[in-house]
Amino acid sequence: MSQRNRIEQGGRIDRSRPLRFSFNGVGYQGFAGDTLASALLANGVDIVNRSFKYARVRGIVAAGAEEPNAVVQLGATEASQVPNVRATQQALYDGLTAGSTNGWPNVDRDLMGVLGKVGGKFMPPGFYYKTFMSPASMWPKYEKYIRKAAGLGRSPRERDPDIYDHINRHCDVLVVGAGPAGLAAALVAGRAGARVILCDEQEEMGGSLLDSREPIDGRPAADWVAAVLQELGAMPDVLLLPRTTANGYHDHNFVTLHERRTEHLADLAPAQNGRRTVRARMHRVRAGQVILATGTHERPLVYANNDVPGNMIAGAVSAYIHRYAVVPGQRLVLSTSNDHAYRAALDWREAGREVVAIVDARGNPEGDLVAEARKRGIRIITGSAVIETRGSRRVSSALVAKIDLAGFKVSGAVEELACDTVASSGGYSPVVHLAAHTGARPEWRDDVLGFVPGKVKGMIPAGGVNGVMALAEVLADGVEAGCRALMETGMKAAPLRLPEVRRVREGKAAALYQVPHVKPAMRAPKQFVDQQNDVTAAGIELATREGFESIEHVKRYTGMGFGTDQGKLGNINGMAIAARCLGQSIPETGTTVFRPNYTPITFGAVAGRHCGEFFDPRRYTALHAWHVEHGAKFEEVGQWMRPWYFPRGNETMHEAVQRECRAVRENVGILDASTLGKIEIQGKDAREFLNRLYTNAWTKLDVGKARYGLMCKDDGMIMDDGVTACLGENHFHMTTTTGGAAGVLDWMEMWHQTEWPELEVYFNSVTDHWAAMALNGPNARKLLAELTDIDLSKDKFGFMDWREGTVAGVPARVFRISFTGELSYEINVQANHAMHVWKALFEKGEKYGLTPYGTETMHVLRAEKGFVIIGQDTDGSVTPEDLGMQWCVGYKKPFSWIGRRALSRPDTRRTDRKQLVGLKPLDSKLVLDEGAQIVLDKEVKIPMPMVGHVTSSYFSPTLGHSFALALLKGGSQRIGQTVYLPMADGRVHAAEVVSPVFYDPNGERHHV
Amino acid sequence: MSDLSIFDLNPAAGAKPESPLAMTRVTVATVASAAKAGVVVREHAFLGHLILRGRASDPAFCAGVEQALGLPLPLKMGPLSRDEARGVSVQWMSPDEWLVIVPAGSEFATEKRLREALSGHYAVMNVSGGQTVLELSGPAVRDVLMKCTPYDVHPGHFPVGKAVSSVFAKSTAIIRRVAEDRWELVIRRSFADYLFRWVLDASEEFGVHVVQ
Amino acid sequence: MLHIYCPYCEEYREEEEFRPKGEAHIARPAEPEATSDEAWGDYLFFRKNPRGLHHEQWYHAAGCRKFFNATRDTVSYQILETYKAGQQPTVTAAASGKKVAK
Repeated sequence: MSQRNRIEQGGRIDRSRPLRFSFNGVGYQGFAGDTLASALLANGVDIVNRSFKYARVRGIVAAGAEEPNAVVQLGATEASQVPNVRATQQALYDGLTAGSTNGWPNVDRDLMGVLGKVGGKFMPPGFYYKTFMSPASMWPKYEKYIRKAAGLGRSPRERDPDIYDHINRHCDVLVVGAGPAGLAAALVAGRAGARVILCDEQEEMGGSLLDSREPIDGRPAADWVAAVLQELGAMPDVLLLPRTTANGYHDHNFVTLHERRTEHLADLAPAQNGRRTVRARMHRVRAGQVILATGTHERPLVYANNDVPGNMIAGAVSAYIHRYAVVPGQRLVLSTSNDHAYRAALDWREAGREVVAIVDARGNPEGDLVAEARKRGIRIITGSAVIETRGSRRVSSALVAKIDLAGFKVSGAVEELACDTVASSGGYSPVVHLAAHTGARPEWRDDVLGFVPGKVKGMIPAGGVNGVMALAEVLADGVEAGCRALMETGMKAAPLRLPEVRRVREGKAAALYQVPHVKPAMRAPKQFVDQQNDVTAAGIELATREGFESIEHVKRYTGMGFGTDQGKLGNINGMAIAARCLGQSIPETGTTVFRPNYTPITFGAVAGRHCGEFFDPRRYTALHAWHVEHGAKFEEVGQWMRPWYFPRGNETMHEAVQRECRAVRENVGILDASTLGKIEIQGKDAREFLNRLYTNAWTKLDVGKARYGLMCKDDGMIMDDGVTACLGENHFHMTTTTGGAAGVLDWMEMWHQTEWPELEVYFNSVTDHWAAMALNGPNARKLLAELTDIDLSKDKFGFMDWREGTVAGVPARVFRISFTGELSYEINVQANHAMHVWKALFEKGEKYGLTPYGTETMHVLRAEKGFVIIGQDTDGSVTPEDLGMQWCVGYKKPFSWIGRRALSRPDTRRTDRKQLVGLKPLDSKLVLDEGAQIVLDKEVKIPMPMVGHVTSSYFSPTLGHSFALALLKGGSQRIGQTVYLPMADGRVHAAEVVSPVFYDPNGERHHV
Repeated sequence: MSDLSIFDLNPAAGAKPESPLAMTRVTVATVASAAKAGVVVREHAFLGHLILRGRASDPAFCAGVEQALGLPLPLKMGPLSRDEARGVSVQWMSPDEWLVIVPAGSEFATEKRLREALSGHYAVMNVSGGQTVLELSGPAVRDVLMKCTPYDVHPGHFPVGKAVSSVFAKSTAIIRRVAEDRWELVIRRSFADYLFRWVLDASEEFGVHVVQ
Repeated sequence: MLHIYCPYCEEYREEEEFRPKGEAHIARPAEPEATSDEAWGDYLFFRKNPRGLHHEQWYHAAGCRKFFNATRDTVSYQILETYKAGQQPTVTAAASGKKVAK
């Protein structure tokens, strides 16, 4: 197909670089410099989509981010699918493949279109809810088809091969929008030496200057743009970011910029020198000052059938002609409320096509552009508006009539004008979206006929968004904004000559939003307010009649400004209509809240580099490589990768764990315990600090000894536990749980810094510094003796002692502590030397049956001994006494340690609190589910009182039966009773309540 | 009965130490020549790292540290005390905390010197096994750092000789600018693999060379 | 994303470096055992949660690891001052004449 709407001269396209592309499976050609939208229009493609709700055919309306209809699905392959791309913002590249997002089975023959045509009148707001919501059980079935028919694109089903990232930036001045105001502001700030970021969402910077009719300094405006960009580009502290959308404006001038780096080049990011390139980058900008130069969005007029392809906004017509050398039709009717839109008719005429008429809502328009149109003999119909367009797949005529603005009615005869394009303009709405993200409510200005941004600390609006419209004034406003930003930053602006611009005299615009029709809105053909969400003027009227008075409710009832649209074209019109229906002013009605993102951004850009293997840090111990080499399966604990079990051959997890358990109980096993939190404590008040921190007493712990301790929060609930050793009178080595390490250190710092700064004590994390290897089992002493100079005899190195010496030649601290109940030595060495020691243990360990074991075996062994794991057997609502650990609570300590007071509150003294017990399932092979609820009577019907739950549950090879730990109401009084555990599948398990210590209750095995 | 237990954690001989990056794989495309790379990454393993705590308001403490280390004690965030030739540096971490880095194997001697020179309420803690140093050099280092840390690394804000701790990727790091185009990261052992590979991944587009 | 001045590092840092720690100036009763159950419950669980000026505790987790306080407007999110642990705020609802909802 030929580019029948392309004109031969002009435009910012490169005719020497033709590009092929396909849309909905049909091949076309465009040029470098085209957007997908301009290329489609050049090829005469009228229908680009089906509408969301009514499935009406839709064409391209705008030329920028505000486009409601040409929202396409992009991607040549499954993996490269991108939904919700505005064709007006997508640069053309060779091989681009795109399609409509709506239209099932396809855009030209749409099944939903039948429903839309037949049921159109019967689909008021809330139609789906009202029609399909009962019976409620059927909704999931309806929803499946409704979504399929009404979707807005789809995500890829294959992994995205491209990469994305984030970059943190800081600047004195961030300028959003590189139109005349933004460029002027950036130039002022840049020349003063400020750190400036200038971003613009379009392919090219320049904004309205790229399709301007007005020269600057006597030359085409685009030349001035080029000169300014060249100057800015040469400044070392100025960053120019084209194709970059400020998508969110957050607290304290934190703005995220979404930069599309390769999406104008190819379907997938092309590699450079064999290296991957970043497809999209999120700039996280902390700006001293934000200059908002986001310009305006032209408002279309709301008239009947204003969504038939061929209806466009006036400024888009000019943009397509000037920037892309595309005239999107043959015969134009322009319907306007203002002078500025006359440009579209003048541009159309200069491109050699017919302007049927300019229809101006004002009775007596006067201004330079009006005069120019008159001079060229263009017919101007005053006091009138296009009230309806006709045509099924493209505009074929426009109905024009005199209208009474104040009375909101048609006041004269209707004339039908044959045409294929209707351009409309109802004025210009400042793009306040970003400012609104911060929570600042936009403020209405009667002189602008629009909302301007509310006040935001550190934000300066400039140009169109500030309600300044004429080019000369926009440039001056940009310069002033730049100067103000410098002043706020404490910098000085150099004098700047304002470029010379011809002043164009413009008459006052009329306030026109919805155009009256000969029929009332409810009976007239549909007058669309928000084409993307298929919201009509009648729908808003109905909403107000049904009692929705708040604009936020109207929005939610009708869907106006929802989703990817965020109310760019329709919101002001919609608010104006709601205001009229409610008999109040627009400022009284107010605006809805615009939210991030300004335009859709990909999840890739949100995730950046934080995905795949970098989704979360993985922490490794110094022995990790050995574990990998020896086939360990890993478990993530916090961020640590811990060996879970070490299967041999084809062993299942159960088999491996049973073998590892037996090895520890019968011979010797070794666990990499390096992940345990370790905190070094020094200072003369260290002991006092421990007394306040732990529930138990530390006053009498001798040098060379270690002790188990419990920590509570001040509400008396257990927060962590661990063994702390006295290294010297003023020197302690604390261990914490793996997951609790960072939290415990912060906790200690908080108490020290904010409550007890007078205590002379310092703490520091030494978790990573020390590697810890726990040697457990009856052969532990014999094995260690082969490698150490420490006297391991029972009398010289008893249970809960620690000693210093060497192991395999490496200086070490060895702690005789046990989490398994076996004879145990925990060897600590500086982490860089850990692998040497570990390997040496295995060299000597073979004859003793040394077996590496993982966290699962550790869990079974500790549970057999009734040792709890904080966070598994406790949940923040468990006191030391609930665990039966009264022996670890020092009520006699003089200082009221953290948690002490709360333990005497009535709630913590209740006797029916959940207490730790053991459970022995009556079926000795049955491993109860962790988390299973406990009831007392298996016959009780639902609902039945639940009296506890299983916290840990395993099969013990040593005991020969399964067992569990549980928290049970009044548990200590229920030893010997049978309790029941009803399961989701209807089975009810039975278990006997027993002591939580299943193995070696007197501790004979580790006192050897 | 002694107040403190301190000893040299390095073996007399025989045991070969392993750096935190001993197990780390390089999975990105690298460039063979450092001269052509935008970023050159190298590890300075096995250095001595000591955490020093004490009262900056105590002149005797400041003087003692200076006497023991031959470097003035920095009293505020930012400026690093550093003697590149001797391989010794002192960094402000907090109003009562400093990081002392010394050549490999000299941490115990340094600790003893500090303890001889200091008295009263202070602490010295050896963390040499828990940290390592990555050096990043080359023309693109600043761009890479911007991808990693929210801290402003612009030369106007981060002059040569400055040192800060901040967020780095989803972990933390100490960031030190030691020369115009040369930076150091002090990172924790358990996060070293993640951070090293993150840096390489972020550097790939600029051309990255790893010094083995 | 707040921009927070750390009174110990003496410069602005990004919110990511900090952790919020709730209402500031919650002092632990000096003699817990002499404190009534109700007063102890207030200390543990009850917070002001004002609309407007709020004094809150922050922790510079990725920086100097010091706890400090900030006076923040919970409506505008502006931080009016930060000050070291143990110091008192200079910007208060009383001083600014701002009404604070109970």
